[in-house]
Amino acid sequence: MIRRALSLYLGLFVLILVVGTFMGAPFTVRLCVEAAAYSLIALGLNIQWGYGGLFNFGVMGFLMVGGFAVTFISMPVNMDFWSSEGPFLLFRVLLAAGVGAGLVMGANRLHRLGASARWHRTAQVGAWILAYIIYRSQIDPAAAYIEAEAGYVGGLGLPVLLGWIFGGVLAAGIAYIIGKICLGLRTDYLAIATIGISEIIRALIKNMDWLTRGTLTVSPVPWPVPKPQDLQELGMETAASFIYARGAYLIVVILVVLVVLFLIQRAYGGPWGRMMRAIRDNHIAAASMGKNVKARQIEIFVFGSVLIGIGGAILTSFSQILDPGGYQPIHHTFLIWVMVIVGGAGNNFGAIFGGVFIFIVWSLSANVSQAMFVSLSGMFESWGWGAIPDVESRSLQMRVFVLGLVITLALRYTPQGLIPEVIRRHGDEETKKATPKQA
Amino acid sequence: MNELIFLINKVLISGTVLGSIYALGAVGITLIFGILRFAHFAHGDMMTMGAFITFVLASIAAGLGIVAPVPLAIVVLPLAMALAAMMALGIDRGFYAPLRARGAKPVTLLIASIGVTLMIQGLIRLFAGVQNRSFYEGTAKQVFRIDVPFFGATRPIVFTEPQVWMMGLAIVAVLALHMFLTRSRLGKAMRAMADNADLAQVSGINTQLVVRVTWLIAGTLACLAGTMLALDVSLKPDLAFNIILPIFAAAIVGGLGQSYGAIAGGFVVGFAETMSVFNWAILLRPFRGSLPEWVPNDLSIVPTEYKLTVAFVILVIVLLVRPTGIFKGASS
Repeated sequence: MIRRALSLYLGLFVLILVVGTFMGAPFTVRLCVEAAAYSLIALGLNIQWGYGGLFNFGVMGFLMVGGFAVTFISMPVNMDFWSSEGPFLLFRVLLAAGVGAGLVMGANRLHRLGASARWHRTAQVGAWILAYIIYRSQIDPAAAYIEAEAGYVGGLGLPVLLGWIFGGVLAAGIAYIIGKICLGLRTDYLAIATIGISEIIRALIKNMDWLTRGTLTVSPVPWPVPKPQDLQELGMETAASFIYARGAYLIVVILVVLVVLFLIQRAYGGPWGRMMRAIRDNHIAAASMGKNVKARQIEIFVFGSVLIGIGGAILTSFSQILDPGGYQPIHHTFLIWVMVIVGGAGNNFGAIFGGVFIFIVWSLSANVSQAMFVSLSGMFESWGWGAIPDVESRSLQMRVFVLGLVITLALRYTPQGLIPEVIRRHGDEETKKATPKQA
Repeated sequence: MNELIFLINKVLISGTVLGSIYALGAVGITLIFGILRFAHFAHGDMMTMGAFITFVLASIAAGLGIVAPVPLAIVVLPLAMALAAMMALGIDRGFYAPLRARGAKPVTLLIASIGVTLMIQGLIRLFAGVQNRSFYEGTAKQVFRIDVPFFGATRPIVFTEPQVWMMGLAIVAVLALHMFLTRSRLGKAMRAMADNADLAQVSGINTQLVVRVTWLIAGTLACLAGTMLALDVSLKPDLAFNIILPIFAAAIVGGLGQSYGAIAGGFVVGFAETMSVFNWAILLRPFRGSLPEWVPNDLSIVPTEYKLTVAFVILVIVLLVRPTGIFKGASS
């Protein structure tokens, strides 16, 4: 098994070298940075799906949350906003939200005062409606004012790395709420709920212009390392500046991935990982052994989402632009599922391999499928059938079809993935060898 | 009184239209869930596929010079529905049946259905391009205006021809399904299998046949719903991918596995969506003079951009308050 993994990774290395020779070093380094970020995201999904057996079809939402977080933290301060009435209005919004939350919480506690069930329910509904009205009465004028006066609230001007961490924290908060509502119900509900949440997050980030500038997009988002432009100002050549700046970024991302890999690999081998696999494989048995299944599942859902949020933050700050229109479920959710399924759910090295390999193939396939279709169109023309209309945009759709085909074929023929999960059982040869060391 | 007419046009008619589409979609999803126990995510794209089949057949019919008093799409609809049903069966044979034969968990089937979604979407865009199309290319949509000569109303109640067809066909489809499920032997077998698959099998019910019939019905209804949606709005490749979420919300609200629940859920979600984006301040207009200044001009419950969130909020509330849905659905 280890030999197989090693040869696959060797193949991946050769693939990157080949890409480097044909496409040039600056492109390849960029590809590697994005592939590394995607492998971090795949690790996050692998924790949720591979370790815990939990669905998350809302990867895109968490990526957007991460992207927003890093933009908010690291963009320079918008003085137009801070010198206007905006902060005061937002403070009132916060106050209104606080009052609303207080109302709802108060209504939730009403039964302790001896209210009957019907009164309790009525009060809860009333509190939610009232809270919503209070909040809307403050947020609508504030949003209109900020958009008119200052454009958007701008950032906080803090270090980028802090933004990445904030991306993880924000994603964790959202994951906790989803988990609280949906875990413990049927698994299908979680799948639908996560899709719904990610679509809502997209709608919010797209339309909350006062906070995110919406479709106007925010750029340039800063880097944690010097940008190519900075190096060029110091007198470096264009090509070299791209290689060095992106190379430095790559090192930072790889460091993050290595730290995360070390931590979650330890967690997988430890009692916590064993417990998670026990819950995944048979949650009834695990519950009867005294494990709090729902709490543990929320825990793992949150951990995975943190990694996805950080990955989203890394991607956004690398591309230097927060563009809500650029997020698509196909590219930002299902592609990552393909990475984990093809790589091997439950095996971190499989997830990383899947992340890097599938991302590189996906990125290159745009050119390949376009070239294929243009030549096909030429062939049709020479046969007198006429060229394929708008061949450029259509050829890209071939990739979506192939993505779907890969999912179904992988599920049918290699359900374990290329580097499958190693299941150790008591009495296995590996365990026997390992036992004296542990003792 | 014009304000009330506006309410009827914007809420009652659009809500019914939206509700019937959601209901038809949700019935398919809930049937598949009841029999096969997995959430079929490719249903939205089966709807789009059905709409495209109808479109192609209607174009062929127009090319042959066939003229009919009703839209050509309606004429070719039965044929398109049959084709879509066969395709649904083919998709099951090709992608889901092998997984079931291996004894895969429902979870695996769910992921496979995502794969099928992407494949259908890719193929549709590959062959049809990404642009919008309309069933009413050359001809204009017939619009019915009913004047209401009461209480000084000057505006008519407006609805279009496809909307009438849609409501009529939805009622026919629901009645037919009801008759099938309650009167025919096969329909009863289907309900038995939805209740308890193992018990149905030992009672001598041909479960393979039931599975096939389920796919046929689901494909037929998906084609109908997709075509209706395309007739009402326009035909675009991501037509149904956007409404798969409200449809799932409808199915869950009604209780997964409950056909009648799905119909109810469809209308609940449809009306909730139209009602929440309706600007209720319009109803206050006649009393504008006597109202205080602070009453705002826009009293819609959510802004139109967030229409999608409505279905989801309903879903969450139902999950929290009554996880099995309005009609008691399957839960495990």
